[in-house]
Amino acid sequence: MNHLLRGHAPITDEAWKQIDEEASDSLVPRLGGRKLVDFDGPHGWGHSATDLGRVTDTADGPAEGVNMRARKVLPVIELRAPFTVARSELEALDRGAVDTDFDSLNDAARQMAVAENAAIFHGLAEAGIEGIAGASSHDPIPLGGNGFQDYPEHIAKAIEVILSSGVEGPYGVALSPECYTGVVESAEKGGYPLLSHIRKILRESGDGPMVWAPGLDGVVVASMRGGDFLFESGQDLSIGYDSHDAELVNLYIEESFTFRVATPEAAVALPK
Amino acid sequence: MEFDQYHEPPEELSPELRTKARLFASLAEEAEAINWYEQRLSVEPDAEARSIMANAQHEEFKHFAMDLEFLFRRMPVWRQLAEGVLFKDGDIVEHGEAAEAGEDEDGSNQEGSGGSLGIGSLKGAGL
Repeated sequence: MNHLLRGHAPITDEAWKQIDEEASDSLVPRLGGRKLVDFDGPHGWGHSATDLGRVTDTADGPAEGVNMRARKVLPVIELRAPFTVARSELEALDRGAVDTDFDSLNDAARQMAVAENAAIFHGLAEAGIEGIAGASSHDPIPLGGNGFQDYPEHIAKAIEVILSSGVEGPYGVALSPECYTGVVESAEKGGYPLLSHIRKILRESGDGPMVWAPGLDGVVVASMRGGDFLFESGQDLSIGYDSHDAELVNLYIEESFTFRVATPEAAVALPK
Repeated sequence: MEFDQYHEPPEELSPELRTKARLFASLAEEAEAINWYEQRLSVEPDAEARSIMANAQHEEFKHFAMDLEFLFRRMPVWRQLAEGVLFKDGDIVEHGEAAEAGEDEDGSNQEGSGGSLGIGSLKGAGL
């Protein structure tokens, strides 16, 4: 048994399968950051840091005539979102019920996706993570207050800025839920859907994806040529067991990772 | 233009999936080459020719291993199952069955895939 202690939970194999599938179905559509960046791993729960290849300034060592430097690393962060499943629901599931109440699980999955996307796009200062938007070496392109009509123009401009700095495509676009809804509901003068216009821009610049990213504020355009944005997974998204009583089973979704931006010029932030 | 490595219309596949498809095709080609060299080596009487073919087959071993590792890294569930089977002494079928059932050292099968949801890389997937 590993540290997730699933073997201690009063949950049958069939119920575990349903819980895992429900979590995956809830997480995957929301993991917009992961759809734009390189994924390395998983390296396991025991993986604690990413080597940065850098060292501290040289200082006097513990003996005369000996200098020392310390290796710099990026520590792995652990994210955990607890949730509960009623034991009565698990019993119903084992009897063949198809309408199991997984609301708490879905809430936890949604929050985990928000947290992962926020770390990728906006960073996590406490953990030394700088997100794509903050790390960008280009001036942000404000989306402005002119509704959503200017989005295709702003996105095309962002692609031009990245390309001008020598970073090739394909290019991907991440939109916050608010921006995505606005784009889907809007049309240009003449009735051409904004979503179709943005897809056309992406198709003609290398056929990168458009992703929906809860946890992102605004829009981010980034190159997807590879090697620029590095998500290093320790333990990939997993479900573990915490405790239970006569009524509830307490579980959690957990993952560990680091994130680095290797090429600050490979993305542009478009804040609201 | 159609390509054999695609089972579905390529334009409907993400760039990530198309890359995987190329590596799957490469993996099969390397396995085929290893098989062919194995057969040629068994019948070739010329020692120098055998030496060259053995050297070439050695290269294919390396290529196969690199292709396989690439795919494992992008398909965590496959990698996890393979870890239960590869490079172990004993009964291969038993290891395979145990890996599939997610059995741990205690024989419990409550852990399924070890707890990981096996999501891994989603790069290239869009709306």
